Amino acid sequence: MATTTLPQTGSLRPATKRAGFPWKTLLFYAFIIPFMLIWLVPIFTSINTSLRSLESIVADGYWTLPTSIEWGNFGEAWTTGGLSRYMLNSFIVTIPALLGCLLLSSMAAFALARFNFRGNLLIYFTFVGGTLLPFQILMLPVFKLANNLNLYDTYWALILFHMAFQLGFCTFVLRNFMRTIPGEIFDAARIDGANELRIFGQHVLPLSLPSLAALATLEFTWIFNDYFWALILVQQDKLKPVTTGLGSLMGEYQRAWNVLFAGTLIAVVPTILLFVFLQRYFIQGLTMGSGK
Amino acid sequence: MAQISGSGPPPAVGVGSVAGAPTVAPQRRATALLRAGQRRADWTPYLFLALPLALYAMWVIGPMFYSFWMSLTDTDGLTYSEFVGLANYRRLVNDDIFWVSFWNNVKWLVIFITVPTVGGLGLALLLNQDLPGTRLFKAAIFSPMVLSSAVVAAVWSWVFFPQDGLINSTLDLLGYGGERIGWLADPDLAIYSIIGAATWRQIGYVMLIYLAGLKNVDPSLVDAAKTDGASSWRSFRDVVFPLLQPVTVIVVVISVIDALRAFDLVQLMTRGGPYNRSNVLGFMMYEEAFENYNMGYGAALAVVLMLISMVFIFTYLRRMLKDELEY
Repeated sequence: MATTTLPQTGSLRPATKRAGFPWKTLLFYAFIIPFMLIWLVPIFTSINTSLRSLESIVADGYWTLPTSIEWGNFGEAWTTGGLSRYMLNSFIVTIPALLGCLLLSSMAAFALARFNFRGNLLIYFTFVGGTLLPFQILMLPVFKLANNLNLYDTYWALILFHMAFQLGFCTFVLRNFMRTIPGEIFDAARIDGANELRIFGQHVLPLSLPSLAALATLEFTWIFNDYFWALILVQQDKLKPVTTGLGSLMGEYQRAWNVLFAGTLIAVVPTILLFVFLQRYFIQGLTMGSGK
Repeated sequence: MAQISGSGPPPAVGVGSVAGAPTVAPQRRATALLRAGQRRADWTPYLFLALPLALYAMWVIGPMFYSFWMSLTDTDGLTYSEFVGLANYRRLVNDDIFWVSFWNNVKWLVIFITVPTVGGLGLALLLNQDLPGTRLFKAAIFSPMVLSSAVVAAVWSWVFFPQDGLINSTLDLLGYGGERIGWLADPDLAIYSIIGAATWRQIGYVMLIYLAGLKNVDPSLVDAAKTDGASSWRSFRDVVFPLLQPVTVIVVVISVIDALRAFDLVQLMTRGGPYNRSNVLGFMMYEEAFENYNMGYGAALAVVLMLISMVFIFTYLRRMLKDELEY
């Protein structure tokens, strides 16, 4: 699929290679470096705040470095603030939802990419259309459904909903990827006597691994970062994932910015790590949906 | 991909950049072969589809239609429900909060299809070169995308905080202090402050989509224009930008959807206040449903939101369908 092998050349690179002092390059750095720093100021200062004591914040204001580094803020956020519980909950919800979604969407994508049958395009467009919905339209019925199934205020409500809702996007991406797999591969397998299930498991899934990796990175971030559904489907504090958990923290630690930001920093560790180490996959996933 | 709407769940709906898409021409043959495969076992695709489709129908498609029904009732969600026809919609037209929220969504939408598009395209053009450090700059500008809306809300609440927040203390330092501006407390400012925070997260995303699109722009076309004496601006306007047009469509669709989905930041930063002046439809329906238990009315609000976005969703799907049928 396209995304993995795009040429790296910047197409807009100035064609002229004038000799002499590289004014353009200098200008580029003179703009982009300050821009980037200003862009990230809210993040840098949040980190700074998480290391300060409340007295220092009140007395010295915003633009001051910590006089002594207050690691205790992190301890307080982790224990009293409840971050340890919230983080665990986030993983308990995200991992099964992610795995289930990837498995089910690759099945659906396989069917849509490999077979021509009545309703193929309709089903495909249903998946795509569902992805684009303003999800508020699902809010009340999903809340009601979770209640009727006795799943309201359980992990299962979140797991099942994320698994289902993310199917749309994943099926969309995988179907478009699988259509690029040459038909000869299937023919050869079929001549060897493989049935469709084996073709799926032994040929299509392994070939789709790069797409699956990219999707997994992206979907992990999305499910892990979900705030809306956690708010709608889970109420009790001990089941909250880290997003709504931070929401409660914002209420409890109003104006105790240091503890709040210590908690915030803890909360972003998993997605930041993912982004730093799997950035390539993450970006691939985002640009992959394109498939056409 | 847009899930990314400044909000939690999959923000950016994943509509990747068309530009990233390889053309699928060689698959014509593959498709023919697939067709051959299909004759042997008609039921196989349905077996593969059964479970995913059932789950999707149950949690996404079914609920979507059920919302339409709910909007015609006066249900409180769980205990009772009576058909009231279009009463909820009549009420909505005369509800001031509805109109304030509606116009806030429009403001959000207008800002979202202009600022991140222009800013993201500009940054993409700037960073689409092989100079040392560009990878780092891209990552830095893109990084807010991986933060959850709860994190963005926390960070920006501190930026906007009247006493000693980032903006007001910086104004102080620069000598413009004095009056403490309540960025989130001022009825006229609050919605723009929230949209500002949302835009901060959106720009990196748009930049990324454009960067992927730019990779598909043939550099020789640009070179040719330059050889012909075109200025950088003209070669951008006459060559690059038209080639990026499909990407721009996607960017706009994503931004519109994200703007209509707006919820998280409003809920976390102002709860629609002061006096509902920063309310948006997505949050108003939540309040009606879960704080006033007017679920029927809430559903009507959701339907309005849905109908507005349908215009854009269909435009987008129609383009996609055309592509599908072409090959």
